[in-house]
Amino acid sequence: MSIETLEKLLVEHPFFKGLKEEYLELIVGCARNVFYKPGDFIFREGEEANEFYIIRDGKVSLEISPPGKQPIVIQTLENMEVLGWSWIVPPYYWHFDARVVEPTRVIALDGKCLRNKCEEDHSLGYELLKRFVVILEQRLQATRIQLMDLYGATP
Amino acid sequence: MELLREREAVEIIENPMLPQLFRIRSRKQETHDTFTIELEPIEQGIEFKFMPGQFNMIYVFGVGEVPISISGDPNKTSRITHTTRMVGTVTKAMGRLKKGDVLGIRGPFGSSWPVDKYEGYDVVIVAGGIGLAPLRPAIYYILSNRDKYNRAILLYGARTPEDILYKSEIEKWKSRFDFEVYITVDRGTSGWKGNVGVVTTLISRAPFTSENAVVFVCGPEIMMRFTALELIKRGVSENNIFISMERNMKCGIGLCGHCQFGPVFICKDGPVFSYSQVKHLIFKREI
Repeated sequence: MSIETLEKLLVEHPFFKGLKEEYLELIVGCARNVFYKPGDFIFREGEEANEFYIIRDGKVSLEISPPGKQPIVIQTLENMEVLGWSWIVPPYYWHFDARVVEPTRVIALDGKCLRNKCEEDHSLGYELLKRFVVILEQRLQATRIQLMDLYGATP
Repeated sequence: MELLREREAVEIIENPMLPQLFRIRSRKQETHDTFTIELEPIEQGIEFKFMPGQFNMIYVFGVGEVPISISGDPNKTSRITHTTRMVGTVTKAMGRLKKGDVLGIRGPFGSSWPVDKYEGYDVVIVAGGIGLAPLRPAIYYILSNRDKYNRAILLYGARTPEDILYKSEIEKWKSRFDFEVYITVDRGTSGWKGNVGVVTTLISRAPFTSENAVVFVCGPEIMMRFTALELIKRGVSENNIFISMERNMKCGIGLCGHCQFGPVFICKDGPVFSYSQVKHLIFKREI
């Protein structure tokens, strides 16, 4: 896939909406296309978190594995959603496994490179953080609702 | 289909306080704690007309009376369908009844989903848990008048895959090209290949045009509050979001005051309200 196509995909993605052209160019330079088969792990708990992902299509399951038991699925993510924020939070380790459920194409973004760029250019850092805060808020709210067990007998 | 024009309670009986006798025609266990019963009138020739979203007061003789939403097809006026979760004394007793047993019915009561007011719109149904039951009549209506709407979408969240209601019917809905069904569960179990996450996470994924959408929401009240805020974030007008409220309904006609909710009675003015009507009330814990 050409760089132009990657750029188009990223420019049109709501997550990057409104980002300055120079930043978009920089981000495109840190991006690559990756394809995963069902059962593949995009990342695993405890590994260094040096990337984040825009899911182009497919489905990914965020899981954690208790010893000797079936993995617990925390959430599934799919088309156009952003996967992974541990790359931006020290000490940069994944807290869950990301297992591919359906054939999945992602744009992988080099978080390590972007971390350094954000340190050098705080405006870029702020722009990215603003966007990730929205993702974090959504995940936090969803987790809170899940914890309430609203459909249980005594929510 | 002949949909009643006014969104008001329609009495099939002269005295709304007097139950009519209905016999259980069939009973289906939907999940471990939820069942659906189909009722037919004991007296021949009675037609039971209702509008999607309305409820009945169901009397289990010797036990008590409970408000239960109608979950059947508004086109089928010869029978009444209710889907009920066994959580209290009356619903547990109701769950023990069998085919042929007799119940008392008062109703239908309350306001309805304004399905006939939003022709040409994208119709989005957001259901959580047992909240799918009061929305099912609206789904039947929309699907039987499918050409009058733009996109039709169901977003349904259940606790686990085992708690999903109307499984075989949902499979039929999924097989239609003109109805998009998205399901998620709060907790996946082994073998579940679908979505995991709360129903609000489906809102950003669903392919509807916010400016031209009407959304019907039913589920636990906290779920509806979060859903409404997520819909507003997506750009849906507060006036086009409708929710179904639940309170301690007793008389069904706004006399007894048990279900008073600020200036309104849920049984008479609701249970279906636009979000803009009740947004100043639903976040107040004092009410």
